[in-house]
Amino acid sequence: MEWETVIGLEVHAQLATKSKIFSGSSTTFGAEPNTQASALDLAMPGTLPVPNEQAYRYAIMFGLAIDADIARTSVFERKNYFYPDLPKAYQTTQLEKPIVGPGHVEIELADGTKKTIRIHHAHLEEDAGKSLHEDFHGMSGIDLNRAGTPLVEIVSEPDMRSSEEAVAFAKKLHSIVTSLGICDGEMSQGSMRFDVNISVRKPGEELGTRTETKNLNSFRFMEDAIKLEVERQIDLIEDGGKVIQETRLYNGDTKQARSMRSKEEANDYRYFPCPDLLPVVIEDDYIESIRKELPELPDARQERFITQYGLSSYDASALGSDANMALYFETAAKDSGDTKLTANWIMGELSARLNSADLSIKHSPLSAEQLAGMVSRIADGTISSKMAKQVFDGMWNNGGDADSIIEDQGLKQVSDSGAIEAMVDEVIANSDKQVDNFRNADESKRPKMLGYFVGQIMKASKGQANPQQVNEILLKKLNDLL
Amino acid sequence: MNDSIMHNKTIAEIIAGLEAGEFTSVEITQHYLKRIKQLDRKYNSYITVNETSALAQAEAADQRRAKGNAPAFCGVPIAHKDIFCTNGIRTSCGSKMLDNFVPPYDATVVENFANAGAVVLGKTNMDEFAMGSSNETSFYGPVKNPWNINTVPGGSSGGSAAAIAAHLAPGATATDTGGSIRQPAALCGITGLKPTYGRVSRWGMIAFASSLDQGGPMARTAEDCALMLNVMASFDPKDSTSIDREVPDYTTNLNQSLNGLKIGIPREYFEEGLNPGTEQAVKNALAELEKQGATLVSISLPHTKLAVPAYYVIAPAEASANLSRFDGVRYGHRCEDPKDLRDMYMRTRAEGFGEEVKRRILVGAYCLSAGYYDAYYRKAQQVRRLIKQDFVDAFEKVDVIMGPTSPSPAFEFGSKGDDPVAMYLEDIYTIATNLAGLPGMSAPCGFVDNKPVGLQIIGNYFDESRMLNVAHQFQLATDWHKRSPEGLELEEAK
Repeated sequence: MEWETVIGLEVHAQLATKSKIFSGSSTTFGAEPNTQASALDLAMPGTLPVPNEQAYRYAIMFGLAIDADIARTSVFERKNYFYPDLPKAYQTTQLEKPIVGPGHVEIELADGTKKTIRIHHAHLEEDAGKSLHEDFHGMSGIDLNRAGTPLVEIVSEPDMRSSEEAVAFAKKLHSIVTSLGICDGEMSQGSMRFDVNISVRKPGEELGTRTETKNLNSFRFMEDAIKLEVERQIDLIEDGGKVIQETRLYNGDTKQARSMRSKEEANDYRYFPCPDLLPVVIEDDYIESIRKELPELPDARQERFITQYGLSSYDASALGSDANMALYFETAAKDSGDTKLTANWIMGELSARLNSADLSIKHSPLSAEQLAGMVSRIADGTISSKMAKQVFDGMWNNGGDADSIIEDQGLKQVSDSGAIEAMVDEVIANSDKQVDNFRNADESKRPKMLGYFVGQIMKASKGQANPQQVNEILLKKLNDLL
Repeated sequence: MNDSIMHNKTIAEIIAGLEAGEFTSVEITQHYLKRIKQLDRKYNSYITVNETSALAQAEAADQRRAKGNAPAFCGVPIAHKDIFCTNGIRTSCGSKMLDNFVPPYDATVVENFANAGAVVLGKTNMDEFAMGSSNETSFYGPVKNPWNINTVPGGSSGGSAAAIAAHLAPGATATDTGGSIRQPAALCGITGLKPTYGRVSRWGMIAFASSLDQGGPMARTAEDCALMLNVMASFDPKDSTSIDREVPDYTTNLNQSLNGLKIGIPREYFEEGLNPGTEQAVKNALAELEKQGATLVSISLPHTKLAVPAYYVIAPAEASANLSRFDGVRYGHRCEDPKDLRDMYMRTRAEGFGEEVKRRILVGAYCLSAGYYDAYYRKAQQVRRLIKQDFVDAFEKVDVIMGPTSPSPAFEFGSKGDDPVAMYLEDIYTIATNLAGLPGMSAPCGFVDNKPVGLQIIGNYFDESRMLNVAHQFQLATDWHKRSPEGLELEEAK
């Protein structure tokens, strides 16, 4: 009998608040170490936390988006453990009374099947700082800029049965939080991190012993790590061994995982309600006011793309699931006036370039306005699709707008039939041998022989001749010679 | 003016003297600094004396007063318990762990006094991290009780209490987690008030047990405590447990008659364990109040016996987490040449904390551990609710509750050192009010063997004005608070 994989996810999403969850320090990514750490972030004695209302709003937005219960009373607790990048030696988090109760999201798999994944709860907590182990000659440096950044931790039920489902679920959460604008979704900066709980069993049996692989920060790593761990567990059991409950770390560079600590070595976190923070009571009116201002969610947006732009369901999903992608597409489509062509360029050339440069759409070197400028020149016949690639390259590498690149590089398509006729005449005049071959060839073979003449004409026009016109005129002239 | 009179003045008298131009803030500050220098060798009530900054503050205060419109408190010298963070001045909390710690910020309480123009003479000694009832746990050595230097001043605010009793400050800030203002006030024969939880900001006040800690004033009289509380109390957006409620002028009701006042006398506060001399002094005080028109009502606070055990679960539990930040990573003590992270943590904390602090961290961590949480921490929280309900029920019937502050007067050094539980019972009458979040105060009401006895007044939530009124009326009719220990004169004055 086949093995069944059981997967549950714990997802940490950094909330896009301006300041930290309990202090006024900035949360901007990438500042010099410890320049965004106040006395509170350093856990100086006597400092006290004050909750950031925006973090609550964002968590409630998430709760509403997954159709969850919002707790009318939520409580912060202290999770105690010593680590140098955890300044208070406890993390302020929620345990017994999280802000977001049970909810669910729907995922769609490649074959079009849909599945509901239940969410156990989501809670607010603070992020830790970072330990820097390089450049300190046998010591470690501590950077507390990240300490106190608000996180929402989303805990799923063990409802996923394959790495594909797990990745689809992770992508769906990414799409929801970015659409809500509560998280920037920058995985490479650690804005979203995934812990994956994995076990295997024979269908119908009790759940197997699970392991947790922590801190995966890309969909690809997540997929690879799950496959690796499932394989490890199955091999282990089939060889007569037993899976032990442990926390594992996956290295995306070496594609290997190792055990970090077993259950026996796990900390006793000694949770208890934080006496510095009173329980937060949220009233119905407050929740309703947030519900009214909820931005468009990915599922609704994809539906709209199908009806409003006539996109296929596949295209609507590709362009509509990510909020930044959707914004890019809609801006470019509006500017260019050609929805279908815009969609094709985004999903084709642009996506391929972004992928190979490992960039998200938000950091695309090519803005939606630039792309739209190029698309509209294709649409109005100024440039050919082939020329457009040159324009695209120019904009990608050096910036600028399509019109000036077309102008500077002389890429304008020649659609003047007189000029094209002259070029055709000249090529024919200089190609006696090829014209003879054409004339003597069997009629069925003639279309294939056109290639030579087209090539010569395009060469003569430096690629600028309108290919459709070239074809038409050439055919007419050659036929006249028969 | 005669120097020897200056240090006998209450804060109210100092304010009057400054207003009348009888003396300047610089003069009285210099006078106190001189006294501290000469006399505090005997009492050890200060950890740090701010000679330079105090004189600068006094000069500024005199200038401000000269310009007019100065706040009442402008130029009055006080001391801060070394648990309140002071910008640029070492704040040790009585611990080796923070012996080198200079905060880059002021506690809100410190800021409030600075805004009012107060002069800060220095930082007073205390039990390490406010854990103790005798001041014997301070890294800086014990404070001596000015009434008898062989006895303890009480704790944890023993430095503030002794400094006032020895006339080394007219008033001082203090904190009270289980009795740390009231018990040393009683043992040193001064007046001290622990306000309602949330009335005084905890920001910048180094946490012992966050849900119990509350700052408050200590001085020789109830009127002085009212003047200090006017400055100390404030709503502070930086403290999420601070309560947004208007701060009244606590001096307004001081002179109201006590006619018709209903005083609850809890039976449980007069049972075994109470020193007979203490009991008599308290009963005499109650008789005096009866004479002024108050009615004594016998009440019961049935869960009194559970207060000490519940407190010694909750307070250490919170402390175990609050004190975890002292890990040697960012500030404070760090052991020499740690060989790895674990070694650094273990030696730093083993060296930096004293015995009592370690005991409470261990107790607290144990109570919160998996498998023990329900039996200890959760149960203690349930008891806490019952204790609070006792008081809520009692205040349906009475205006204030009174009894002894402490079961007996000051004891000798070392006499309870081997028995932590005997020490914990020192706070048997004070702890319940912290668990309930109620305000409580202690005022001098007599002597046993020439050792002061304190009368405890417990008020309803935010009823500090009434408590101060009761204490003030009592002090108008008695002179216990006016008595001073011997040996307070400077060498040259003799």
